[in-house]
Amino acid sequence: MRRLAAAFVLLWLVVTLTFVLVRLAPGDAAALLVPPTATPEDAARLRAELALDAPIAVQYAKWMGGLLRGDLGESFTQRRPVTRVLREALPVSLGLGVSSLVLTFVVGVAIGTLQATRRGTVVDPALTFATTAIYAAPSYWLALSLIAVFTYGATVWGLPPALRLPAFGIRDPAGVETGWSALVDVVRHAVLPVTVLAAVGAAGIARYARSTVADLAGAEWVRTARAKGLPSRAVYGRHVLANALPPLVVLLALSLPGVVAGSVFVESVFAWPGMGRAMVTAISARDYPVVMGATVLYAALVILANLAADLVLPLIDPRRDA
Amino acid sequence: MNRLARFSAVLLGVLVAAVVLVPALAATDPLAIGDVLATRLVPPASSDALGRFHLLGTDRFGRDLFVRMMLAGRISLAVGVAGSVLAGAVGTVVGASAAWRGGVVDRLAMGVSDALLSIPRLILLLLCAALWQPGAATVLVVLGATGWMGVARLVRGEVLGVRAQPYVSAAEALGARSSRVLWRHVVPNALGPAIVATTLGVGNAILLESGLSFLGLGIQPPAPSWGNMIAGGRDLIVTAPWVAIAPGVALIVTVLACTLLGDSLRDRLAGERPRDLAERV
Repeated sequence: MRRLAAAFVLLWLVVTLTFVLVRLAPGDAAALLVPPTATPEDAARLRAELALDAPIAVQYAKWMGGLLRGDLGESFTQRRPVTRVLREALPVSLGLGVSSLVLTFVVGVAIGTLQATRRGTVVDPALTFATTAIYAAPSYWLALSLIAVFTYGATVWGLPPALRLPAFGIRDPAGVETGWSALVDVVRHAVLPVTVLAAVGAAGIARYARSTVADLAGAEWVRTARAKGLPSRAVYGRHVLANALPPLVVLLALSLPGVVAGSVFVESVFAWPGMGRAMVTAISARDYPVVMGATVLYAALVILANLAADLVLPLIDPRRDA
Repeated sequence: MNRLARFSAVLLGVLVAAVVLVPALAATDPLAIGDVLATRLVPPASSDALGRFHLLGTDRFGRDLFVRMMLAGRISLAVGVAGSVLAGAVGTVVGASAAWRGGVVDRLAMGVSDALLSIPRLILLLLCAALWQPGAATVLVVLGATGWMGVARLVRGEVLGVRAQPYVSAAEALGARSSRVLWRHVVPNALGPAIVATTLGVGNAILLESGLSFLGLGIQPPAPSWGNMIAGGRDLIVTAPWVAIAPGVALIVTVLACTLLGDSLRDRLAGERPRDLAERV
């Protein structure tokens, strides 16, 4: 209960900070929104219409009041409720985030475990170097490289059609809307973006998993398990991984918001209509309500993930009783 | 220092020398646009129609990519290092003051830091970068403004530990002013983790700068940055892939070297600890 209250206080702080940051910025939204031929009176009228001329305290009260009723205001440029803009964009980003996180987890833990079990051989430093290099690569650059290979290269080199992957959008504009082929179409569009996000994420998880598994492999109960003659597979499966996984699961929950935020670049390169693209578009148009709404939603995701991690960790790891 | 870290240090040294010297000594101006038709999109390691050799080829305006990349490296490295140091400095001041003053100051500082940590750094960065005029100075300030929270918590914890040391009481007993005790005796002994975090932050700061520039919210053309050079090669990825690939490789090598160096520094100063999982661009 205390944690829930703390989460709400934190959310209120975020909301207030966002409001202050946005209103501190120089530059006049109304001046950007009116056409170049508009007179100063037109701009003033628009400012009044969007309530940008009200005292800042009044604007804050309106924004907080709306928020409490689940109303984030109206988009300046799209002239429709911000909640509807975000409701369309969130599932896209969440889908992208969750599917790449699952892949991230499986691949990352596998690589990290492989490294930890091959310590002292050339495999370990080679994989450390490879994962650190991928971790150092900007996702938008990886995305461009994959497009070059699997969209254009695949056509030029005559690769099988299964490897010719679409690079833009979430579905084929000429394709059907429903049914199996529509699903296949979306999955094919998702392959490249999910791969990019999962590659960067898996590289990070592998770095973490390696040190966790390596630490646990030196524990006394692992030595006992070996000493009583358990095969290596059972030692790792039952004694090492079983202990390494809870913190990794929590880490994964905590990194969901980061992945959703990181998809800004992937969405921008692959033209996916998600939160990231909504945010970037709104920023360049000075669409304050959308920018603020998106920021608050991202923060709510973080706070929710933290809360979930706090509540779930004692359940999956009895040693950490809250 | 292990072999990888030593190699990284040498690599970064060479890179710094190159970004300082190459644009200064180069025969071609990396910003000037000359005879575009004769010089544009020359492939790597070949000469243009005017007979000038280009190590990494040219971009769509016929500008030499290698010289441009080195000039971009100046900006990217400087902004990355300065941004991370600025974040570290702000974090140290906030964390130390919060721990030393305690009470309302502490609660306020930690509240603001918690709130800022609840917004993914990338989103916070986008928000700030977009609200102010884009450019190197904005990116720098924004990197500082969005990166101090982690350091502040580290320093706060360290200061709380150090203030219990007998030499702090000794300094106070000798009648030193409170601020002098803090900055002369406590903070210098609480800086270890902050230095590690700042070093590790350099690679991340370089990546974030490049990301902002890629989206058009960071360094503005014609000034080159690795991020906006990749953006410039985005639609040429099929016809002239080298335009986007070369700055990407420079970015990866630089960030990789910074990370390996930071990792080794942390292992030396703090022992092997689970690695952090920073947000990636």
